[in-house]
Amino acid sequence: MRLSISTFISGLLFGGGLTVSQMVNPNKVMSFLDIFGDWDPSLAFVMGGALIVTFIGYRLVLKRERPLFEDGFRLPTRTDIDPPLLIGAGLFGVGWGLAGLCPGPALASATFGGINAYIFLGTMIMTILLYRIVKQKT
Amino acid sequence: MDNFTPISAALGGAMIGLAAVWLMASAGRIAGISGILGGTVTANKGDKLWRWTFLAGLIIAPLIVGLFDSSLLDVQFPTTGPLLIVAAVLVGIGTQLGNGCTSGHGVCGNARLSMRSVLATLTFMTTGVITVFGLRLLGGL
Repeated sequence: MRLSISTFISGLLFGGGLTVSQMVNPNKVMSFLDIFGDWDPSLAFVMGGALIVTFIGYRLVLKRERPLFEDGFRLPTRTDIDPPLLIGAGLFGVGWGLAGLCPGPALASATFGGINAYIFLGTMIMTILLYRIVKQKT
Repeated sequence: MDNFTPISAALGGAMIGLAAVWLMASAGRIAGISGILGGTVTANKGDKLWRWTFLAGLIIAPLIVGLFDSSLLDVQFPTTGPLLIVAAVLVGIGTQLGNGCTSGHGVCGNARLSMRSVLATLTFMTTGVITVFGLRLLGGL
């Protein structure tokens, strides 16, 4: 219960940050990626702000033996640079550029983004589920 | 650069950072949205509820922010129709194949100085910029 409430709070903060920073606005995101056009560099400050806080915060948190409500930290252990990583990131970037939406903002805009948000979110979730089901079977 | 909003962007970014740090401190997890979302279905039984409550918070939060400034919820979609669907498929496949998105790689992985995340971030930033440039060339923007 304490775990679920604490992750709910994390979700609230995350979604609040996406909204305050306007990451939830596809037009704003595409203006950020439009460096050869009418560039709006604002969103670089989103990643900058998030990175500074996370960089310092992780260092303090990961000194502890374990998280507050779980047995241990679950950190990615892979360090190899394999083709799926780069191909996946590349494809994701194309989709991000085409629509101006990545997974967090796509979810966050479910209640106010209208029909286009539903189309994007529904398609993205179905694709992720299909991918995971196919991968589990192989 | 009429719409340059560095202060609200940095403030929002700091909130995202706090969310990531709190998720690590309380649950020991990386705040990667594509991974949290994907695991709502395929993760083990006891590993699911925290994901749903995180996502519930993520979805409710904009409505709370909107009470203070409703203009933040007035969003525009430059891309619609079939191209929007293609984009969503690419985001879905790309984040699963590449094990992360703007949050998991871009924020959490980079903060851990993970080389996989640094390279992934450089890659999706590059293809994102090229894609928007292409859209502009083709008159889509």
